[in-house]
Amino acid sequence: MPAVTESRTWPREGLARVPYWIYQDEDVYAREQERIYRGAAWNFLGLEAELPAPGDFKTTFVGEMPVVVTRGDDGAINCFENRCAHRGALLCLKDRGSAKEIACVYHNWTYDLCGNLTGVAFRRGVRGQGGMPDDAQPESQAPRKLRVTVFCGLMFATLSDATPPFERYVGAEVAARIRRVMKEPVRVLGGYSQILPSNWKLYFENVKDTYHASLLHLFFSTFRLNRLEQKGGVIVGGEGGSHVSFTMMKTDTSGDEYEKAGMRSVSGGYRLEAPQLLESVDEYGDGVTLQILTVFPGFVLQQIMNCLAVRQVLPKGPGRTELVWTAFGYASDDEKMTERRIRQSNLVGPSGYISLEDGAATGFVQRGVHGAPAHASVVEMGGRSVESNESRVTETSVRGMWQQYRRHMAL
Amino acid sequence: MAAIPQAHGAVAVDVGLQLAVENLLARYAHALDDDRLEEWPDFFVEQGRYRITTAENHARNLPLPIIYADSRAMLRDRVSALRHANIYEAQRYRHIVSSVLVERLDPQTVRAASNFQVTRIMRTGESTLFASGRYLDRIRMDPAGARFEERIVVLDSRAVDTLLAIPI
Repeated sequence: MPAVTESRTWPREGLARVPYWIYQDEDVYAREQERIYRGAAWNFLGLEAELPAPGDFKTTFVGEMPVVVTRGDDGAINCFENRCAHRGALLCLKDRGSAKEIACVYHNWTYDLCGNLTGVAFRRGVRGQGGMPDDAQPESQAPRKLRVTVFCGLMFATLSDATPPFERYVGAEVAARIRRVMKEPVRVLGGYSQILPSNWKLYFENVKDTYHASLLHLFFSTFRLNRLEQKGGVIVGGEGGSHVSFTMMKTDTSGDEYEKAGMRSVSGGYRLEAPQLLESVDEYGDGVTLQILTVFPGFVLQQIMNCLAVRQVLPKGPGRTELVWTAFGYASDDEKMTERRIRQSNLVGPSGYISLEDGAATGFVQRGVHGAPAHASVVEMGGRSVESNESRVTETSVRGMWQQYRRHMAL
Repeated sequence: MAAIPQAHGAVAVDVGLQLAVENLLARYAHALDDDRLEEWPDFFVEQGRYRITTAENHARNLPLPIIYADSRAMLRDRVSALRHANIYEAQRYRHIVSSVLVERLDPQTVRAASNFQVTRIMRTGESTLFASGRYLDRIRMDPAGARFEERIVVLDSRAVDTLLAIPI
């Protein structure tokens, strides 16, 4: 196990402090790969809808480990390391596609869709010359197969036998909130990536941090769109690293209220000329206009009005993270609904009215703490413990993440 | 949706039209690079469409945009948000636009395709190749001047570094 430098000890304040070396140290990063991503955690792979037919595959990552995800001939989802048993080369060089088998380009060793080695080129040699010894066991170095769970159309994988069943891992309340959004078959609307100049944990904290939302993202307040009564809450689930936060913005479904709010002339205020951007319908019948949900260590499920997306947080070194966005609607959507989701997608992503700041803000921390590995951030909004809360002026779900993180990392 | 003008075969080049389109593309690039964002919506007709997407989404016919607007009002909202609401570190762009193909569709309408590279210059002095790609345009030529009916910005890469605030 990669050891963590001895001088690195967690501050005695516990979850109310996060030491800055945690975002910087190479040995911490290496240990995360082993103890979290390759350990007892469920890693998000993508939407099942990305692989509709037998033979469909995609490549992605579990931490930094490259993996292939396939739908087998039996319709089941498989996940195995994207590494040839022979010399360790990447087996699959495409982002996605459809295949009957997977062949390594280097020496043409072949695999079935479950990741079983099915062919070694010239294993018996040519005309009695060359080839492998009879007792060779190339299968011993075969790509590892990951245990896969598909929950409501979301694909997760783990290398460990010790990872609890998914529902127990995230907790019943978070599972229920996943079901709420993944209520019926989905259709992929597209995707893109955002390269964040920060440690993966800074982004994952950011998503869980309900305290920053109205302070960093000024779009709603600048255009005076959130002066309506808001209710909501934060639920922390599982071992602490999964959470859901939700907001109920009082609004009517005709969009008139936004229109009025947008048109209201307030001295010194700004207004939207095209407030139909925010015209939305209550698809769930519960008045929740915004639900952000995370599953440790790297999954985000987003419902912002009618704008739905999953985000996969992939570490790319201590100071770099790839955020993979996949937007979706339901297979039953009509044209008007798709158009609504497309319009509202202006709110999210690298140009999102209420998200573009996140890419920069996590980078500001990464740059800000360079000279201060022994200092720590102060995480005391809403107390020092981990519990569900009706207020969103709290950092309870951030502390929850560190609770699960420290357990995995034995820190 | 804008397609690419005839890229092969002998096409008689209408020099006047070619220059008028290239002039529009150049003025657009200079306005963005000079931080004259307030002029940006005026490069479009009233119901003009603007969309930034990726080559991957474009090729797979997936509708997800990075930025989407279908009126000057929506473009003005974008500028207003960049000026007054959104928070991002000071930065500038330098657009290089080239390889402009032009094809007349009817007396008032032209489609064009061109390549671009955008260098992003951060306040720290860091200059990087921020984006490359292709503009797919549908342009209305009328006596008042040339304006975009539709401008689709197709980014070559699926990945955007940090954030994309200023339009391309």
